[in-house]
Amino acid sequence: MIEVLSTLFALLGAFFITVASIGILRMPDLFLRMSATSKASTLGSALTLIAAMIFFQDFSVTTRCLATILFLILTTPVAAHMIGRAGYLSGVRLWERTITDELAGHYNAETRRLEGAAPTPSPAEPQPEKTGETDRFSPPSGRPE
Amino acid sequence: MIDPIPHPAGLAGLSYLLILGMLGVAVVLTFIRLYRGPKLADRVIALDLLAIESIGIIVNYAMALNRQMLIDVAIVLALLAFLGTVAFARYLEKRVEP
Repeated sequence: MIEVLSTLFALLGAFFITVASIGILRMPDLFLRMSATSKASTLGSALTLIAAMIFFQDFSVTTRCLATILFLILTTPVAAHMIGRAGYLSGVRLWERTITDELAGHYNAETRRLEGAAPTPSPAEPQPEKTGETDRFSPPSGRPE
Repeated sequence: MIDPIPHPAGLAGLSYLLILGMLGVAVVLTFIRLYRGPKLADRVIALDLLAIESIGIIVNYAMALNRQMLIDVAIVLALLAFLGTVAFARYLEKRVEP
């Protein structure tokens, strides 16, 4: 019974990790690839570690596996967020059939800060000069339609 | 070198072959993306996924060999994968675009 349960969890974990690898190969875009891999691989590794917890039934193994699951759940979204931000800032192209890019025009490419939807120029702060930016990073108010 | 301890036969004994085969296929697919990846960010997420697949392989191998010590390797691999990914992301943000 224990063996069957552990095998079931291990099979599910291997299935989800394989789904993540198919996703990283077949998705058309960096961001879609990230959204495929980060969730499915976290679920797959957590299921595999749960299978190990059921299989060994030992206190030290259980605590180690729980710590690893907690660590993976905490760190995988952080790493995916950092890579997505770095990729967006370094100019990775979106998929051509992407419906919306909500960050378009809101990132200041020089200060790397997120600006509001309608940036109002305040006279007290010096505005960064625009030099040859790509179209995605230029603020929408200054762009002629 | 760890001498393999024969697992008790039955459903569980054979299923590890299937599980390790699935994970091997996953590693091959991820290596294809690591080779192709048009940008550096694609290669970084492929490396991150490779680390997670290695965690899966190591844990399943620990169950197949009935060795509890190999779980520690999975913990260290998870730590190193996160640190490497964060370092790569910092480098991607700071570097000058060619």
